Amino acid sequence: MNGPQRLRDGADCLATRAGKAFVGTRAVFLGHNLHEDLRHADWVELYLLSITGRRFGARELRLLHAMWVCTSYPDARLWNNRVAALAGSTRSTPGLGMSAALGMSEAVVYGGHPCVRAIDFLSGAQRRVTAGEALVDIVAQELAQRRIYGYGRPIHATDERLPWLLDIAREQGLDGGPHLALAHEVERLLVARDARLKMNYAALTAGLAADLGLSVTEFHHFQLPMLLAGMTPCYIEAAGRPAGTLFPLSCEHIAYEGAAKRRWGV
Amino acid sequence: MTVPRERVRTRIWREEAEPDNAFATRSALCHGYDVYGEMLGRARWVEMLFLLFRGEAPAPAGAALLDDLALALANPGPRDPSVHAAMCAGTGGSTAAASLMAALAVGAGRQGGAREVFHAMQLWQRCGTDLALWVLALQERGEAVAGIWPDGDHPAGFDAHAQRMAALALQTLVHLAASPASRRLAWLAGQRPALEAAAMAPLAMTGVAAAALADLGFTPEQGEMLYLLLRLPGAAAHALEQRALGPKQFPFFELDLLNDPLAEVAT
Repeated sequence: MNGPQRLRDGADCLATRAGKAFVGTRAVFLGHNLHEDLRHADWVELYLLSITGRRFGARELRLLHAMWVCTSYPDARLWNNRVAALAGSTRSTPGLGMSAALGMSEAVVYGGHPCVRAIDFLSGAQRRVTAGEALVDIVAQELAQRRIYGYGRPIHATDERLPWLLDIAREQGLDGGPHLALAHEVERLLVARDARLKMNYAALTAGLAADLGLSVTEFHHFQLPMLLAGMTPCYIEAAGRPAGTLFPLSCEHIAYEGAAKRRWGV
Repeated sequence: MTVPRERVRTRIWREEAEPDNAFATRSALCHGYDVYGEMLGRARWVEMLFLLFRGEAPAPAGAALLDDLALALANPGPRDPSVHAAMCAGTGGSTAAASLMAALAVGAGRQGGAREVFHAMQLWQRCGTDLALWVLALQERGEAVAGIWPDGDHPAGFDAHAQRMAALALQTLVHLAASPASRRLAWLAGQRPALEAAAMAPLAMTGVAAAALADLGFTPEQGEMLYLLLRLPGAAAHALEQRALGPKQFPFFELDLLNDPLAEVAT
């Protein structure tokens, strides 16, 4: 039994290395003076610093930017974007719409979960391969226990984002890392089993991020705003349409498959 | 209007359109019951809740148990992190929805939140009322693989920061365990010392709620949703109260900055 001592220790005052606002004078950001030292920082650079505590170089930042850019799809049919658009249509606020859309992007079939699972698998597999295990065995063992995320895509097996992002990785000289090579090799093994299991954006970004030194948790944080730029146009356009007219559902849109009519309390 | 190509499939809700407007509803059935024509005025809120999730009307004892659980969970109180979050939104003048979203986000986790209830309900699915299975399960630690949820650091349903069970949780357990719909709750009340010894922590309100929700026949996924939902009334009320009081009345606390670059220069 731990007891309440840890709660008593934490009460009223937080010991922190994250930072502090000295309101009226200055602010400290992870041990740096925000305005003195970081005012010229690129926002993604600052975000990566906030996640990792490390500074990334121009080539790395270019690639990390591109990871966000290449998947910014303002398509209001996509579930998270649709929520942003519905918020605009129903005249809710941008903050609520974007928060909900970002929050739900930690989904199982897209966004957060595949990204986390992909980098966790690739990082672990890379460690095991380095220790001498055969990748084919690692893949078989993983498949026996769970799905390998980052391969296969629901609507179309080909992920059109991959060549564009790989091109930027190549441009920046960041396409030669071991995790990316391993991600491609995993694709070869999976496609041999099922042609639909081609690499998708989660495995590509996870492989590239792991080669940049991002841990599972760090990549989880990094990918959070990845879809944001595609959500905003959906909200704005819907907010400009007549209220409540985005994808309206009529009674005929509902396919009822449940119990027949019955009496309450009988 | 012709039947649209893309439709929402549901076993829960059936709506009949007004003759002149397919976007307006003349009647609505929930799992076959006429909500506005028959249930309204006869059914209770918790009966509707039960019906929505389980697809059947509850027996009187089940409805009473859910009613009592809803009361016990309605306000976790201003010390609870989820209500604290809602009050942070309230005091700064954030929107009503942001207050509830803050409460949901902070009350969703594995430390006193809905994910803890989910995992505790999974323990009921796995262990039932077999003490030996519980003892084994409560001694397990860690996850096999990484996921979006951070690792929990204590057995689900037990209090990581207490030496004995909180009186409010115990009062709730004792009352709910006396329900005719109680099975797991009664077993939990009887086996509590052995379970707490195995968990090396006292039983928490999350553990009581998980047992009650399992007794009501909810799945862990349904229990997680209901736990989120049933704790919102208090968050809402406290958010509104702090909004009215204003930010100057709300704690701001102290920070001890361990890596102030100015302090490092001075030394």
